[in-house]
Amino acid sequence: MTVIQKKAVNPIAHLTAEDIEIIGKELDAIRDRVIVDRGERDARYIRKVIKTQRTLEISSRAVLLFSLFPPAWILGTAGLAVAKILDNMEIGHNVLHGQWDWMRDPKIHSTTWDWDHVSPADQWKHSHNELHHRYTNVLGKDNDLGYGIMRVDEDQPWSPGHLGQPFYNLLNACFFEYGIAAYDLELGENLRNGGHKAPEFRARAKAVGRKIRRQVLKDYVVHPLLSGPSFLTTLAATFTANLIRNLWSHSVIMCGHFPSGVETFEKTSIEGETKGEWYLRQMLGSANISGPRLLHIMTGNLSYQIEHHLFPDLPSNRYQEIAPQVRALFDRYGLKYTSGPLPKQVASAWWKIIRLSLPNRKRKAPKTVAPAPLVSAGA
Amino acid sequence: MTTTARAKVPFRRQLLRLAETVTTPLLPADYLDLVAPLRAGAALRGRIVEVRPETRDAATVVIQPGRGWRGHLPGQYVRLGVDVDGVRQWRAYSVTSVPGGADRRITVTVKAIPDGKVSNHLVRRIRPGTIVQLDQAQGDFVLPEATPERILFLTAGSGITPVMAMLRAGLPARADVVLMHSAPTRDDVIFGPELRALAARGGLRLIERHTDTDGLLGVHELDDLVPDHPQRQTWACGPVGLLDAVEEHWASRGVADRLHTERFRPTVISPGEGGTVTFTDAGVTVEADGATPILDAGENAGVLMPSGCRMGICFGCVVPLRQGAVRDLRNGDLTTAVPGDGVLIQTCVSAAAGTCDIEL
Repeated sequence: MTVIQKKAVNPIAHLTAEDIEIIGKELDAIRDRVIVDRGERDARYIRKVIKTQRTLEISSRAVLLFSLFPPAWILGTAGLAVAKILDNMEIGHNVLHGQWDWMRDPKIHSTTWDWDHVSPADQWKHSHNELHHRYTNVLGKDNDLGYGIMRVDEDQPWSPGHLGQPFYNLLNACFFEYGIAAYDLELGENLRNGGHKAPEFRARAKAVGRKIRRQVLKDYVVHPLLSGPSFLTTLAATFTANLIRNLWSHSVIMCGHFPSGVETFEKTSIEGETKGEWYLRQMLGSANISGPRLLHIMTGNLSYQIEHHLFPDLPSNRYQEIAPQVRALFDRYGLKYTSGPLPKQVASAWWKIIRLSLPNRKRKAPKTVAPAPLVSAGA
Repeated sequence: MTTTARAKVPFRRQLLRLAETVTTPLLPADYLDLVAPLRAGAALRGRIVEVRPETRDAATVVIQPGRGWRGHLPGQYVRLGVDVDGVRQWRAYSVTSVPGGADRRITVTVKAIPDGKVSNHLVRRIRPGTIVQLDQAQGDFVLPEATPERILFLTAGSGITPVMAMLRAGLPARADVVLMHSAPTRDDVIFGPELRALAARGGLRLIERHTDTDGLLGVHELDDLVPDHPQRQTWACGPVGLLDAVEEHWASRGVADRLHTERFRPTVISPGEGGTVTFTDAGVTVEADGATPILDAGENAGVLMPSGCRMGICFGCVVPLRQGAVRDLRNGDLTTAVPGDGVLIQTCVSAAAGTCDIEL
């Protein structure tokens, strides 16, 4: 079943069903080549990143014990922010995806890992790995689209509440880890339909509460207390480091699926979806960030969002290596490989949030009556 | 009047708790592991100190174990967790060093077997300084407290390794010891020069069998080579074929109680039928054939399987079978479970014999 296009310009109108299956086979081949080659070099990479992160975290916290001195504050805060970003992005996100499970190291495994984040690992794995990656950019299925509070697609109905979404988005960016925890709990939905009274929800909420307590105790009580006279400045430092981490991860994640050029899909489009069609949806539903190697590491290689969505469980250090092959495949089949530098992609995503806080302008394209799965979110 | 004595939490423990609040979600140990992986209290590990070639395909690996190493008895084996091509692999090897050396080092002697992932890595590729995972020594292939007067060691290939540890530890001078060892050629005899020197000093009678020229040892030949072997306490270690023949021979003479064997590999008697195996907690489902241990099937699918000796003796891999059927690869026994059951099975010697749900 080929997906049908609702918009005036259909990005896949030129593809036949056979083309889509061949694309799927070619992507399978790229994946198989990485898996055959995966080994010691990759293991060394992740262990090095983990070692760097731990060394940076412990030394930054040590420096912050003297945060009363401004140079110590700046150095310690910057180091801690980078350590937290590495923990969440290149390490946490990717380990929890199971990208390193093949090493059979119980210390670096998706079932045993926990991260510097208020959302417990198992809840995040469910909402992210099982829902978002499976239903990527499907309206009404993928809650990552606007996190259930924002309108990020013309096809989502507008309501006056959306007027405030640029502000909510900023607030969400500043306290992103709490936003994620609420989102993993499906807090809004559960409060609306009374699900918050169910024992299963209460158990999960309790787990989040425990995680928040531990994180707060560490960053805002024990570490400042250990700093003695530097109590207040350390408190400010850990708060700032968390803020930087939140703003950074929010920006990176917004760039993955919100910039213009990224497609969204209707629920009906994924009924009876083949492997090739699933791949195609991932290809069209994601956007990359271009930049230097350090940027890719700091984004957890989510700057290779397209490659990550095609192969969520391949080791993150491999995305950069396979990107040229994936891009060549896009070119060969006349598909748009959305990519841009970070500031441009962030601006594009923000512009969409602002634009869609207002109702749609009149559109020329007529709505089709038939099942109409693929819609463009582009301007 | 009663007074309540409040249990005093030791200072060390309090300090650790404080450290945990700072390192959460990690543990203080995760940081200490960066600088002191062999410290007391850490998960047991070892550092490779040296790799000494023994023959063209065997080498002795010298390991400095962590502070938590509790020592071994001659003849026991240790499980090593080695990262080969980035993947952690566990194997058991006999310890070949004498217990209680001053430097606390241990050695294992490994023979590279064809296509052996771990053995080839240890013999040819591993470098000094590498950290490996360790388990405490285990196994009951050891001499009793009161060493018997007459002993026969019957070994082949790398089967000499546990026996070497016993010989090095020293046997009472009065003991009458025969070592019957098989290897393809004279040069393939692991510890050849050391054994011959020991024999020359009168410590034992050494019978070498070079199988490339003389053919495999048949158990009936023992009547000529070691006529009093049924009267001797015998320790045998070697390939499955040899051990099976030896066990049968000793049983037929009615002296099975004088025979002690060590197997490095389970004997597959009867394969299962294969089937779909679901690891319920991990949410992973795999198709496993009847010859593949469930342990291997799970590991290949990325499930974090507990594992031990991988030959059915240590029970380190035991998990509940919630429903389904498995066949014991060593004897063909069928084990079944219906929903509600939690039959504990050894995954290293059990293959699927139908659809199985494993709680893991």
